[in-house]
Amino acid sequence: MTVVKDYTGAKLGMWLFLFTEILLFGGLFLLYAAYLHRYPADFHLAGKELNVVLGATNTVVLISSSWLMALSISALQQGRVEQSKKLLLGTLACAGMFLVIKYFEWSAKIHHGIYPDSPELLARPAGEVMFFGLYYLMTGLHGLHVILGGGVITYAYVLILKGRVTPQDFVFLENAGLYWHLVDLVWIYLFPLFYLIA
Amino acid sequence: MASDHSAVSFFETQPGTRGGITSWIFSTDHKRIGIMYLWGIMGFFIVGMLLGFLIRMELIAPGRDIMDQQTYNVMFTLHGVIMIFLVVIPSIPAAFGNIFLPIQIGAEDVSFPRLNNFSWWLYVAGASLALVSLFTGNGPPDTGWTFYVPFSSNVTTTNVDVAVMAVFILGFSSILTGLNFVTTLHRLRAPGMTWTRMPLFCWSLYATGWIQILATPVLGITVLLIFAERMLGVGLFDPAKGGDPILYQHLFWIYSHPAVYIMILPAMGVISDVLPVFARRDIFGYKMIAFSSVMIAFAGSLVWAHHMFTSGMSDTAVLVFSFLTFVVAIPSAIKIFNWVSTLYKGSIYTDPPLWFALAFIFLFSIGGLTGLILGSAGTDIHVHDTYFVVGHFHYVIFGGLGFGLFSAMHYWFPKIFGRMYNMRTAKIACVIIFTGFNILYFPMLIMGLQGMPRRYYDYLPQYTFGHQVSTVGSWILVAGLLLMFWNLLQGSLRGRKCSGNPWGGASLEWQIPSPPPHHNFVTDPVVDRGPYDFRGVERDDCR
Repeated sequence: MTVVKDYTGAKLGMWLFLFTEILLFGGLFLLYAAYLHRYPADFHLAGKELNVVLGATNTVVLISSSWLMALSISALQQGRVEQSKKLLLGTLACAGMFLVIKYFEWSAKIHHGIYPDSPELLARPAGEVMFFGLYYLMTGLHGLHVILGGGVITYAYVLILKGRVTPQDFVFLENAGLYWHLVDLVWIYLFPLFYLIA
Repeated sequence: MASDHSAVSFFETQPGTRGGITSWIFSTDHKRIGIMYLWGIMGFFIVGMLLGFLIRMELIAPGRDIMDQQTYNVMFTLHGVIMIFLVVIPSIPAAFGNIFLPIQIGAEDVSFPRLNNFSWWLYVAGASLALVSLFTGNGPPDTGWTFYVPFSSNVTTTNVDVAVMAVFILGFSSILTGLNFVTTLHRLRAPGMTWTRMPLFCWSLYATGWIQILATPVLGITVLLIFAERMLGVGLFDPAKGGDPILYQHLFWIYSHPAVYIMILPAMGVISDVLPVFARRDIFGYKMIAFSSVMIAFAGSLVWAHHMFTSGMSDTAVLVFSFLTFVVAIPSAIKIFNWVSTLYKGSIYTDPPLWFALAFIFLFSIGGLTGLILGSAGTDIHVHDTYFVVGHFHYVIFGGLGFGLFSAMHYWFPKIFGRMYNMRTAKIACVIIFTGFNILYFPMLIMGLQGMPRRYYDYLPQYTFGHQVSTVGSWILVAGLLLMFWNLLQGSLRGRKCSGNPWGGASLEWQIPSPPPHHNFVTDPVVDRGPYDFRGVERDDCR
């Protein structure tokens, strides 16, 4: 019996999975909405403390990575395997850069004594406690997704090396791309909600 | 077994392969995965049943009887967690859905067979982690299955961390099963298998799949937040830090109310499949039953806050959620009326699957009607958090899903094992279970109206009679269940051999040998008739 690969089915399954990811973050967005409604002034003040330059840089980095990902898929579809591989490495580099910048941001905040349950944070108004609590949870969960996405892309790279993902059979890379765009998309919402709210 | 290569039963080792345990636990065959789920679910059902039995024993008289308060809290928490997350939610979809959904639509397997195997592994991992939470840390969780904050976050010292991670993993397993089924139904229907020629069981799994995909992630984030609260003390639900515990309840019920439809919809699908086969006529209102499944999935996602009428929500919110709750009753009632109409003027065979199906209709109707009392905000204030809720819930879930599951077990048994259980014993077991069930749960409805609070270890003497009747009912129920399981086990080992179609079913699973071969279909099926078109379909004999 020959197995015919169901491309549409594979993509459909990926889209359904993306829905679950959106709803996973959706719970946190719901909490954000509720607490923003309750403490608008505190959210304004706390938002001022985040480093907009670093946040904006990260946004650019992540959008660039999505662009490289899309180029890589096109390259593979058109049979330019080597170029596709290089573009994937570019995507991974951007993902790494995002995480490094995130690391510096977090460690600066933690260095100033602002982290969940810290005495410094608890001395502040309730709204700021909520803001930074959500900041760490949401960017943390997003960061976890960046790491996972990076893992998936690395795996796609290995599959290309092994000749299992090819210009004729590229659905795995396409799905990895879909996942990566979702990770990007979540950040595009997180950025204004935390950095530009002030 | 038949010598024909293609006819080797899926229980037997496939010719040319090594067989053994790895051919099961790493199997991507939907039938083997379904059977493994079935055994797991049955095992945990027995555990959950024994825990329930012990709870009833403790409540036989006021004061301490067989356990202390803490043990009692642990018992009802475990009973809830095991029954909900390990038995009820996977039950029909993961076991019978896996075995029969691909066959019913004429497919060789689900869309993502390896993912299906991974779902089963996640189920095993989640179940193991749940067991680990019993024996490590500061003792098993005692929060109740709802894990309400602040008790679960910064009060209890019991092993909630591990338990919520187990729930997270089990949720992931459930999501992947739903995702697999939805994709399968969209992509792998055989030629001629149009959406309105699918058995209604498939329709119910389609609706269930969507709820699993869209609601379960919210549970995922909710339990992750409990974990974060316990580990980091973020304070999102802690009023002392500016958080709001009510938001936890919202998040929890945004999943957990739709989850009751994950539980009941597949059972409704089973009933919709069973009734026409035994009434020997087409189902009444096929399209409305299919549509009402999707309607329940949609409307059921918008009613969660009816669990929170007494939490201090605004009156507007209470009114809206109460109204929406009544809206969900409509598609459920559509199904009930259509089922009854299906029986009308049928030439009915009274075999065990039908007995369980009829018991389902009766018990689920009681469950549904008591649900309206809870859904109406005024009366809910009176019965909130009383035994009325416990009674209602068990009528809906045990009377509904439980009897649907038993009906499915008796209906598809000869297909899975190629043998038949003792019909007479099955009917006796059904009557005993039905009787014990009502003696166990009906007094709960009365005690609830009289004000007996749920989850209490001790109670006032005036409730003694009700509790005693209820406990006696639990003995009868357990006896009936044990008889039923024994009968099925006997049947699977020594029952009379049956050929392919003992009930005279018209859907595709009855057109292939029993037990199904490794490859479902020798030639790809082409469908040119509906699933309940019994013209020319005869019942095969069992020897």
